[in-house]
Amino acid sequence: MNIERRDFFKILSIGALTAAGSKSVQARDWQYTGRPPKAPALLYDSTLCIGCKACEVGCKKANGLDLDHSDLEKTFGVSNTWDCADDLDTNSWLKIKLYKNGDASVKDRETDGFAFMRSACMHCVEPDCQSVCPTSALLKDPETGIVSWDVDACCGCRYCQVACPFAIPKFEYEKAFPKIEKCFLCEHRLAEGQITGCSEACPTGATLFGEYETILAEAKRRLAVKEGDTYDYPVHTLESGVTKPRPAAKYINHVYGEKDGGGTQYIVLSAVPFSKLGLPKLPEHSSSSKSEALQHGLYQGLIAPIVLFGGLAAAAFRNVRQEEKEERRAQDEA
Amino acid sequence: MKLKPLGGEIWTKPFKVLLLLAVIAGIFIIRRFIFGLGAVTHLNDGYPWGMWIVYDVVTGTAIACGGYAMAILVYIFNRGKYHPLVRSALLASLFGYTLAGVSIVLDVGRYWQLHNVFMPGYYNPHSVMFEVASCIALYIFVMWVEFSPAFAEQMKREKLHNFLNKIMFIFLGLGVLLPTMHQSSLGSLIIVAGEKLSPLFQTMWIPLLFLITAILMGYSMVIVESILSSVGFKRPIESNILARLSRLIPFLLVIFLIIRFADIIIRGEIGLMFSFNLASIMFIIETILFLIPMVILFSEKNRGRSQMLFISAVLMILAGALYRFDVFIVVFNPGHGYHYFPAFQEIMITVGIIAMEIMGYLIFVKRLPVFPEVKHA
Repeated sequence: MNIERRDFFKILSIGALTAAGSKSVQARDWQYTGRPPKAPALLYDSTLCIGCKACEVGCKKANGLDLDHSDLEKTFGVSNTWDCADDLDTNSWLKIKLYKNGDASVKDRETDGFAFMRSACMHCVEPDCQSVCPTSALLKDPETGIVSWDVDACCGCRYCQVACPFAIPKFEYEKAFPKIEKCFLCEHRLAEGQITGCSEACPTGATLFGEYETILAEAKRRLAVKEGDTYDYPVHTLESGVTKPRPAAKYINHVYGEKDGGGTQYIVLSAVPFSKLGLPKLPEHSSSSKSEALQHGLYQGLIAPIVLFGGLAAAAFRNVRQEEKEERRAQDEA
Repeated sequence: MKLKPLGGEIWTKPFKVLLLLAVIAGIFIIRRFIFGLGAVTHLNDGYPWGMWIVYDVVTGTAIACGGYAMAILVYIFNRGKYHPLVRSALLASLFGYTLAGVSIVLDVGRYWQLHNVFMPGYYNPHSVMFEVASCIALYIFVMWVEFSPAFAEQMKREKLHNFLNKIMFIFLGLGVLLPTMHQSSLGSLIIVAGEKLSPLFQTMWIPLLFLITAILMGYSMVIVESILSSVGFKRPIESNILARLSRLIPFLLVIFLIIRFADIIIRGEIGLMFSFNLASIMFIIETILFLIPMVILFSEKNRGRSQMLFISAVLMILAGALYRFDVFIVVFNPGHGYHYFPAFQEIMITVGIIAMEIMGYLIFVKRLPVFPEVKHA
């Protein structure tokens, strides 16, 4: 081994040490740890929803957002009556949507029926948005499990929008200094011991707030009830003391979000197929768990890139020197 | 082999046209910063990545893989005979990547916090984007170093030149390592989109498929660029070298097509190819576009004809570009009724950026030693 070669390996090893050392700098590292034990959660029972959109207004009040108004409303001057956003956007973090088929005569029926869907951030257990965010702006709180966004971190690359399977994060395309907006599960209200704006406003108990474990147990109790049997549906929370008895619908035997896409903290019950409600069919683990496994496999401890670099630089070193020699020989001959 | 500036007038008519396009883009860029992305683009919450990311960055850097592809041949596999092509290929790559970097700054909404991608406390090594951003940023720097001997030669700074030559092997190594990493990761970016992409396109093998096509596009661009400059600057076409170089293309294409089809067949999704929906039709068009240059360039006779070389190289670039557009825009389906087609101003900004690349290239080849001296008989 000649001197240059040895120096070269010295440089390599310094590089490897620096790379290994930098691992400890990660202040915001996170891991998938499942749902936090006391995670706040929401259960949306589509069969209880009457489409009144009180939750949307409750959400906007709780978060200081302006009500939206349709062109029709504006034309007839009936503004400030109700919320009328077309879809989720940066000013509307929660939206009640309608599924409609045929003559839409019967509620909660797939053909010739209709059903409601509540669209908002699912607060995934393995959030794709958190995995892809290059500046760690989107983070799942290790205690509450709420996926929040940090205004001082985000660079606005919108990879979260590409990644989210539910199309939730919204971006202010019309602004010079844009932000990402979505439901933050009323983090500020929970801190004060209150419940989310949407579940407080919901008159039927379609949106129910509580700890994940108890909420999931409630969802499973409902699935066990026979179609048509009367069930005391709790309103706002399980402990509110307010219940509304009514006959149980013919549920699809699945709690959406228990496992879908790695699980969510906002779970859904429905009598029409979930795909009709805009909830995609997802595998048991998030897409990001796949891309992360791939990236971590390829770049574990940067070993593969460093070894490859060593080989490449050594080859380049040899070839450049050989070339120089040949050139010198050619010059000498000339 | 001696490299020499081509010389000649810079302020030519084509140059003025390019400058005009760049100025128009500049005006729209100012609009983007004052009124936001929505004022000049059709980007939306369903299609957050459009023309700029998919052309300027994902496709543009693949086209700019000429420098990388030539470096593999010359410095790693020691094929010295391709040396005359190296510096001009590197120069084209240099501008391609540098302006892709500029496009990223235009595209990100909160550009004043873009540095957070690299900041301790903010950076996220789990994100494919982190790897792509780091490698591209570092590679732009590496390429300027790789090109720096041209400045040293022109300014006759022999000491500096010798010093650069001594350390160059480090940058040559990085110059091959970094594109290998980020050109594959540009494909991995879309894995997280999962169900939004048809199983014909969504695969865990996408990083390898992106890497192979990037190398293919790199070699093709070297051919196109070499023929165009020969015609444009009235130099003899390096047909011998190009013919030899183009032998690689059909072989790499066969490998690419085998991996692509084997993966789809093993996953049991090959039936989707015949469903004749958007994904299936785009897949078929792509496959045909990949097959044509492969068939043409398998023939030795065709490889010797500059016209055939040029056509197949252009088709190869188109195929690779279409593959990237399909994955990120055309076949990518976020649902919820979102649509995307680039806005006029959005396209003009991309056109202006391409114009800037060409202007930079023209100035550099005329004023710096990039092309080999032509020996007049």
